[in-house]
Amino acid sequence: MTTAPFLTNRPLVASELERDLATPADGAVVSFAGVVRDHHEGRTVVGIEYSAYAEMAEQVIAAIVLETEARWSVRVGLRHRVGALAIGDIAVVVTATAAHRDAAFAACRHLIDEVKARVPIWKHERYADGTTAWVDPTAPGGVSR
Amino acid sequence: MAIVQVRTFARYAELLGDPVGVEIELPTTVANLIVALRRMPGGDRLPNQPLVAVDHAVAGTAAVVSLGSSVALLPPLAGG
Repeated sequence: MTTAPFLTNRPLVASELERDLATPADGAVVSFAGVVRDHHEGRTVVGIEYSAYAEMAEQVIAAIVLETEARWSVRVGLRHRVGALAIGDIAVVVTATAAHRDAAFAACRHLIDEVKARVPIWKHERYADGTTAWVDPTAPGGVSR
Repeated sequence: MAIVQVRTFARYAELLGDPVGVEIELPTTVANLIVALRRMPGGDRLPNQPLVAVDHAVAGTAAVVSLGSSVALLPPLAGG
């Protein structure tokens, strides 16, 4: 597994995690990269500022990593950006390596789903019309009003 | 009475400031702390049951807040 800090303000590259994790015993390497896209709920996005409750986020991610490795026979890694990101930047990358693909795919999916559900991280979107909003997956329209 | 320093983030930091000092008798519960937060300037725009973390773990409304507890008010999570 990769170790803390899991949050970073440096650009992410999936291949770095894959290189750090893979061993000669691994027949499968699965990575997922979450990328900043240029639209949200019909609005044109020009950038996103990520912020986090870093002390808690690091602990929660460490727990997710450990529980994922315990559930499947995999080695996993995760990095999440904080700070200002542009369209096309990688916001989060998760990687799972295993002897076989089924475990690697399942672990990778579990990792990103749990990160989105449990890690205290927030997105502040900037739009082409000059306005901004906090992303709120629970709100109608996907942003806080 | 004691002052509990509550960390806030994202939209809640804009509403309340960060950190926000809440005057309250300790020990108390998360539910009581939410009531006190909702009475503060900007607090009326909080949901009825915002997500609260005590000592870096999400806490239910019955969880106890004591002297020295690390308390944070968390807007809906939006990582990834």
